[in-house]
Amino acid sequence: MSSAGVYGVMAEFDSPTSLVNAARAAHEKGFRKLDAYTPFPIEELSEVLHLHKNKLPLIVLCGGILGGLTGYLLQYFVTVIYFPINIGGRPLHSWPSYIIITFELTILFGCLSAVLGMLALCGLPMPYHPTFNVPRFALASRDRFFLCIEATDPMFDLEGTAGFLETLEPKEVSEVAN
Amino acid sequence: MADEQLLEQPESKEVIAPGYTFGSVTDQISAVVLTKHQPLFWIASFGVGFCLLQLLLVSAVLLFTKGVGIWGIRTPVMWGFAITNFVWWIGIGHAGTLISAILLLLNQSWRNSINRFAEAMTLFAVACAGLFPILHMGRPWLAYWLFPYPNSMNVEPNFRSPLVWDVFAVSTYATVSLLFWFTGLIPDLGTLRDRAKHFIPQRIYGVLAMGWRGSAKHWSIYETATLLLAGMSTPLVLSVHTVVSFDFTVAIVPGWHSTFFPPYFVAGAIYSGFAMVLALAIPLRAAYGLQGLITDRHLENAAKVMLATGLIVAYAYIMETFMAWYSGSPYEQQAFWNRMTGPYSSSYWFLVFCNIVSPQVLWFKKFRRTPVLLFISSIIVLIGMWLERYMIIVSSLAQDYVTSSWGLFHATRWDWATYWGTIGLFLFLFFLFVRALPMISIFEVRTLLPQAKVTEEVRR
Repeated sequence: MSSAGVYGVMAEFDSPTSLVNAARAAHEKGFRKLDAYTPFPIEELSEVLHLHKNKLPLIVLCGGILGGLTGYLLQYFVTVIYFPINIGGRPLHSWPSYIIITFELTILFGCLSAVLGMLALCGLPMPYHPTFNVPRFALASRDRFFLCIEATDPMFDLEGTAGFLETLEPKEVSEVAN
Repeated sequence: MADEQLLEQPESKEVIAPGYTFGSVTDQISAVVLTKHQPLFWIASFGVGFCLLQLLLVSAVLLFTKGVGIWGIRTPVMWGFAITNFVWWIGIGHAGTLISAILLLLNQSWRNSINRFAEAMTLFAVACAGLFPILHMGRPWLAYWLFPYPNSMNVEPNFRSPLVWDVFAVSTYATVSLLFWFTGLIPDLGTLRDRAKHFIPQRIYGVLAMGWRGSAKHWSIYETATLLLAGMSTPLVLSVHTVVSFDFTVAIVPGWHSTFFPPYFVAGAIYSGFAMVLALAIPLRAAYGLQGLITDRHLENAAKVMLATGLIVAYAYIMETFMAWYSGSPYEQQAFWNRMTGPYSSSYWFLVFCNIVSPQVLWFKKFRRTPVLLFISSIIVLIGMWLERYMIIVSSLAQDYVTSSWGLFHATRWDWATYWGTIGLFLFLFFLFVRALPMISIFEVRTLLPQAKVTEEVRR
């Protein structure tokens, strides 16, 4: 068997506990290019795979600040520069009445950047992915838990990695075609 | 042995019925969508919604051809039903965001089986709400004038007006609700894609799921996104009804001009929203046999929230009346005296019965555990909350400062037709949603199962 045209090797488990144990074992063995596929989020898995940091909060912060600035400056521009209306001599730069729209646009831009940022960081939409080539992978959205060691890992060799996964007591080990 | 058993923790109350597996949860919820057959309940409700939707279309066409005069709005009551319905619908929406955002932040896991359809309810209620100010404009085709954009007239909206704040608040709320709802749907759309048997549904769900594959890396980012969205939606939902209440409080009309409208309106919104959640959940779970997922405990919790917010609303009514007396302003006092004894007094006392008296039965556990009674109670609250907005808007406008300008409001049949028409729009959209998308969040219910916990012994 050769590794050419192979995305990785995938093992199937039937409980979150056995998947977390397997992922921990694989990580301790030295594998780094690995991913797990589960029907719901498992907190322990993120710990084992060291996935706790992502850039999303920063993206949302930037989006929110941009939204707030947009809201405030839009109102400032319109009420002070572009279309000033003098009502009873009140100041044109009436900042207390700007608060609400500034707030709303902060939230709007923040939420938009949260969703778009999430999709961008996940690389979605992605219509094709090699894992979908495994017939039993459809169960990853139902009741099965998968661990995939990818061929790009420096320690990867098809037979050795498959043999290692077999030692973790999976239901099944399968090769993922690219 | 005996000691060990004593030391064992009492079994924690599971949120959903025992005996479910990851597979059976998935099957039961997706079976509602992936089938050719619908229960009679669905056909009947969708049919009613569809017929009432036609009524909305007829009244809208008549409105566009003849103008807002087909409604009963006459000087001085120019807001009439349209704004009453707007505030009522937007208030109903608030419960969905409360369940999806605030209860998520508070780690209330029971929300997991009701958040999806409650969010859908929010979305459709906001859609119904948004129609009314537009229909009420007189020239609805110029609705885009509300937004600031460069134009050849060289005019811009007045950013110091609460009505313009409202445009921004409601449109932001609608957009964010849609984003939150769709984000929550992505993993379940993946499930439906993998379970659909036929080509077309596979493709449709496949496109909507955008290639979601449940990767641990994605889940980690996804969880962050959900948490951030919840964190931002929480102040947003509180702000929306606050801004709606500014439409009233910033005006100087007696009965409107008071500082406690924002919390009073927000509590009322959540009150009516939970009533709508119950009114939808009770028939739905009976028709689809979902009592194991939406349990009596869910209904009881929702009833408790209803009772709590109902008490806040009752307190607000009392304070509102007290402040009118305490203000020493004869106009304020007159406005409240007119409400209680004037031409609208029957509405006022009926609303007191609906919103203050009737929910007191929710103190009894037996009542909270009986779905039929709870359903009736929630309908009464929905009626009461509608009357509250009617009362605030119509009675205050009808009799303000100058006695010579007083005038009463009489609803016409087209007022009622438009109102029932939006109920039709709501039912139509909601039952389309029930038919096409999972009404309970599948992946979040999976996390509630005892099997979903990574067991202690094997962790180090």
